[in-house]
Amino acid sequence: MIILREVCKFYQVGDERVRALDHASLHIRPHEFVSIIGPSGSGKSTLMNIIGCLDIADAGTYQLDGLPIESYSENDLAKVRNEKIGFVFQNFNLIAKLSAEENVELPLIYQGVPKAERQERVRAALEKVGLLKRAKHLPTELSGGQQQRVAIARALVTRPSLILADEPTGNLDSNTSKEIMEMFHELHSQGNTIVLITHDNDVAKQAPRSIHILDGKVTEVEL
Amino acid sequence: MMMSFKMAIRSISSNKLRSVLTMLGIIIGVMALVVLVSLVDGATSSVTDRILSLGSNMVTVNISDDKGKPVTLNTLKEWTGSVEKLSVIAPYAQDTATGKGKNGNGSLIVYGTTPPYYDIQDLQLAMGRFLKNTDVDNNSYVCVINETCAEELIGYADCVGDTITLDGTRYTVVGVVTNNENSLTAIFSSGTMVAYVPYTSLLRLSDKVSTEITSFYVGAEEESTIAEAEEAITNVLMERFEEDDEAFKVSSQDILEDTMEEITSILTILLGGIAAISLIVGGIGIMNIMLVTVTERTREIGIRKAIGANRKTILMQFLMEAVVICMFGCAIGIFMSWAILQIVTTIVSSMGMKFSLDLGVVLIAVVFCFVIGVLFGLYPANKAAKMKPIDALHYGG
Repeated sequence: MIILREVCKFYQVGDERVRALDHASLHIRPHEFVSIIGPSGSGKSTLMNIIGCLDIADAGTYQLDGLPIESYSENDLAKVRNEKIGFVFQNFNLIAKLSAEENVELPLIYQGVPKAERQERVRAALEKVGLLKRAKHLPTELSGGQQQRVAIARALVTRPSLILADEPTGNLDSNTSKEIMEMFHELHSQGNTIVLITHDNDVAKQAPRSIHILDGKVTEVEL
Repeated sequence: MMMSFKMAIRSISSNKLRSVLTMLGIIIGVMALVVLVSLVDGATSSVTDRILSLGSNMVTVNISDDKGKPVTLNTLKEWTGSVEKLSVIAPYAQDTATGKGKNGNGSLIVYGTTPPYYDIQDLQLAMGRFLKNTDVDNNSYVCVINETCAEELIGYADCVGDTITLDGTRYTVVGVVTNNENSLTAIFSSGTMVAYVPYTSLLRLSDKVSTEITSFYVGAEEESTIAEAEEAITNVLMERFEEDDEAFKVSSQDILEDTMEEITSILTILLGGIAAISLIVGGIGIMNIMLVTVTERTREIGIRKAIGANRKTILMQFLMEAVVICMFGCAIGIFMSWAILQIVTTIVSSMGMKFSLDLGVVLIAVVFCFVIGVLFGLYPANKAAKMKPIDALHYGG
């Protein structure tokens, strides 16, 4: 489902050209729960940006659901992100002015889903994360764990091929982290493909399969 | 589209003070535009109304090329007798003459005409009578003078029967007309001395005037309109001058009115231009704030892009915000203009002027505001739309 081949990505820092990804290749199958682990500066954020179609590789190929992402335009990428990927970020990244349900509704609006269907799907997604009662609350009125659950609902609502979580527990206390991780397991058991990016070994270990990344190289793929 | 509109409203109302301050530029601009133009318009229309009320019952005919068939007093008489709707005609010619009376002398304007002139020009007699047909037929040396003239030359207004001389010729004063406040001549030449003499009599007095009449007034018959008279005289003249409409000119508006209109349209453009500049300044204010907003909301833009908003969506969102601010400002500005005009109308109600919103300028203001919103919103919106999702997401941590 996700096939990266010899992907390279460079950044220009001053005069120096930094190689953030160095011929990285990996393969993730449908319905897998994979963690990508690496220390900060290892290139895992870059990898996540590329997998998440937020950025384009300088070299190599990337196929998502068979689509040749490396040749896509900015608007094509927006469409792919909208339809195929659900993001969960470390700092939740909810829009502060919008209520929980409006945040969840947003990707469906961009998709052009009619209003009645939107409302139904938003309700279903919020129910799944157990926040239906808080639908009208603004993010600032919710706890960190609740905000992250809203973010998960937003990721789920489009029924994406891939849920991409970037340090989803990084800003949460251990109890809440546990809850969130349980939610990911549940989502996995329901057939979702999940890629979890983290620097935390304990978190990474929870995934059936971990991919290690160091100095821009995918060094270890274990099952 | 609808969603962008709702989002724009939400975003604007989430920072009320800033939005109002931003709108202020547009509000003031719109007010300046609408109020100034409406004021000029109101003043003009009330003045033109007054002019119209004076001259609307007549048309002026000027003949420039008689094609060998000059119009004479007899021609006019023929027309009044035979052509329908065409019975009120007064030829006029004018010259200046030195008048002398027992009290003094001075230069005065002498009009040579016929009796219908009195009604057409809506003159008012203070005493005596106006010119009669017999005066014209006999080339009598009689004149009707205005009050100014009576006081200057003779010394008192009650001077019927006295004589004055015009360029040395003795004329008997048969009537005095009031310096009518509402008369055109009084408005635009107050203080001038005027004498009316029979057309035939002016022929002898002035070298400039000939039996060939080149200008005359046509008035409306009772129970018919001036438009009918205008049509009648136009038909008659077209026939006479071989269908050449260049040979004569029939104008229902006074030249004064044309000039008025010209002056006010220049004034309107001038004031409107100044107001438009203030609107543009308001627009720059909007652009300024929109640029700040875009920077402030970089992260939001990043999130929106990450979950699938494309360039167009983001562009529309911010453009809509600028346009909505503009249009709100416009609406408030128009409302306040209306209020101001109401107040002004109340204050100057004694002058009989009425100021109301000029629909044309309101429309212009609305269109102009929209254009400004789009124009000045485009750059910030495009800036937002062009942001890269990762850069925007990681902006400010």
